[in-house]
Amino acid sequence: MQALIQNLVNGLAQGSVYALVALGYTMVYGVLQFINFAHAEIFMLGAFGGIFVAGWLTNGEGSFLSLVLVTFGAMAFCTGVGLAVERIAYRPLRHAPRLNVLITAIGVSLLLQNLGILVFGADPRVFPAVIPTHALFDSQNLVITNIQVLVIGTSAALMLGLHWLVRHTKLGMAMRAVSFDIETASLMGIPIDRIIAFTFAIGSALAGCAAVLYGLTYPKVDPLMGVIIGLKAFVAAVFGGIGSFVGAALGGLLMGLAETLVVYYVSSSFRDALAFGLLIVILLVKPTGLFGSMAKEKV
Amino acid sequence: MMGVLMGGVMQPVFRFKNRTFFLVGLVSLIVVGFAACTKKGDTGASAQADLQALVLGEFGTMTGPESTFGISTHRGIMMAVEEANAAGGIKGQPVKVISLDDQGRSDEAVTAVTKLVTQENVQLILGEVASSRSIAAAPVAQKYKVPMISPSSTNPRVTQIGDYIFRVCFIDPFQGKVMAKFAAQNLKLKTAAILRDIKSDYSVGLADFFAEDFQKMGGKIISDLSYSSGDADFKAQLTAIKLKKPDVLFIPGYYTEVGLIARQARELNYNGVLMGGDGWDSAKLTEIGGKAVIGGYFSSHYSPKSDNPVVQNFVNKYKEKYNGEVPNGLAAMGYDAARVAIAAAQKSGTLAPTELRDAVAQTKGFEGVTGVISLNDERNAVKPAVVLKVMASNDYDYVTTVSP
Repeated sequence: MQALIQNLVNGLAQGSVYALVALGYTMVYGVLQFINFAHAEIFMLGAFGGIFVAGWLTNGEGSFLSLVLVTFGAMAFCTGVGLAVERIAYRPLRHAPRLNVLITAIGVSLLLQNLGILVFGADPRVFPAVIPTHALFDSQNLVITNIQVLVIGTSAALMLGLHWLVRHTKLGMAMRAVSFDIETASLMGIPIDRIIAFTFAIGSALAGCAAVLYGLTYPKVDPLMGVIIGLKAFVAAVFGGIGSFVGAALGGLLMGLAETLVVYYVSSSFRDALAFGLLIVILLVKPTGLFGSMAKEKV
Repeated sequence: MMGVLMGGVMQPVFRFKNRTFFLVGLVSLIVVGFAACTKKGDTGASAQADLQALVLGEFGTMTGPESTFGISTHRGIMMAVEEANAAGGIKGQPVKVISLDDQGRSDEAVTAVTKLVTQENVQLILGEVASSRSIAAAPVAQKYKVPMISPSSTNPRVTQIGDYIFRVCFIDPFQGKVMAKFAAQNLKLKTAAILRDIKSDYSVGLADFFAEDFQKMGGKIISDLSYSSGDADFKAQLTAIKLKKPDVLFIPGYYTEVGLIARQARELNYNGVLMGGDGWDSAKLTEIGGKAVIGGYFSSHYSPKSDNPVVQNFVNKYKEKYNGEVPNGLAAMGYDAARVAIAAAQKSGTLAPTELRDAVAQTKGFEGVTGVISLNDERNAVKPAVVLKVMASNDYDYVTTVSP
């Protein structure tokens, strides 16, 4: 029993990171109907941003304040990169066929990966222990660390915050309007470009926060770290129904849980097979994902 | 994944018909261009064979998650070569080294060795550390009949690839036995769990040999789980291992993952002994693993704290050359591998690769930093291993020596 709870906690902590990244994919898809492949690299840059902020703060010696500063630093850095990518790479293609944007997204992703290798080097770096890990709950067979609680709590708070923003603010209403029908929204006087930029900013900030949480749990940071996490988060977003916020959040959590349970009860060889097997099954059984809605599309 | 995604969207864009011809032309131009390059390399070979200078080719992991292996080995090799050149080189000519980075990838290792042989015309190849990459690249050296000396690939299959492939380190059946013996007899531990990297020939081999010998010595393997190099989360496996409470957790992986595994094992409150092989030997181990790896044991090729004058001489010279860095086992192996190669070149009549091979094969009683190196009929070195204990960052205490 305790082993199961242990696995659930571990899986939930990992799923929270997937969920935060998945939200970025789903938000951009919601307003622009394309997959922002560069999102995985924004996550990676967030981790490096966190390392550098921690480096400036007296070698990252642990206090709650430095954790807050590192997190906000990484989020701000990611927001900047996200906005720049949108402005430079995607906005000029707003009226181009969607395939062009998709290929551009892949290009930006590869560009950022290789820039990362060029600037930071291919060797893994260590994410500083901004707050040291210790056990909050510790019985014979069940250990819950402060980092796990922090990861799950922060992600939950961010997701609730995002839900509030989308459902109960004017900005959120504008985002929903753009996602519903971009032409009509623009005719209603909604500043499309600004709303889209805002969507990228929020998605990137979430990725930045996810990167810091990830770095605290698994302190190995390298320029290719985004690839597999981005892929898993993307699958999670599709699983939950791409375009749906609740779907992305739940999809991420389920992905984390499923991975942990598969590794525990079956074998670690099936970890990635599971993620992509899941994608195939979902696309076969329910092509719109758990919470996705059927959209009329003229291609 | 991208294929899945784009499959549906892509069809309308293939309207290239009139461009197909252009594309075919372009591709054939590129192919012809490359062919011309290779050809040029070939003619260079015969021209250079007349020159009596020894050119060593080195391939290693200079970047990526195992980069300290390549960098340490490279430093050891360069030190040996500079010493040889300061002493007059070989047949009056300085020894040259051409180093290529394989980025820790087997396919790049094959490309690197192919390039060293066909374009750089090296007479002898030094590399790799990781067994998977030595196994991938060795068939190329064998095919072109250029001798290859692996400084520290310990998987038995490496030298079985052919009679041109050598190594100057011990092999995993021995390394596994050393750690099994140490766990069962020195520390008197009864139960063990293994967490192996299923993507690494080294890790799988070492895990098997450890399990075999530990059981022979009366121990019990109560859990044997796996991971894949590149993973970051090992909590599910470690939860399963922790529940069985093994006395020792044997992790025959490379330092990046070992650091993360050790950290997560301690986070989950696993309090047993952590042990591994020479894949732990990196300053990055403690950087990533933090205090979780302190107190762990691993087998290595030598101890820099040995009072043997040969070792002390090497350690001091290395520290002087590389800003006070203490050479790890892989640096020592790189140094020894290069010295064995140079010694063989001095003995051989011409510097033709086939003659160099025969000279390397006759290496007997070579006084190396990592012990006396004698190559047996299987082209492996038979020599003792040491067990080290992690004390602090890049600081390992000598525990014991085990002879074959």
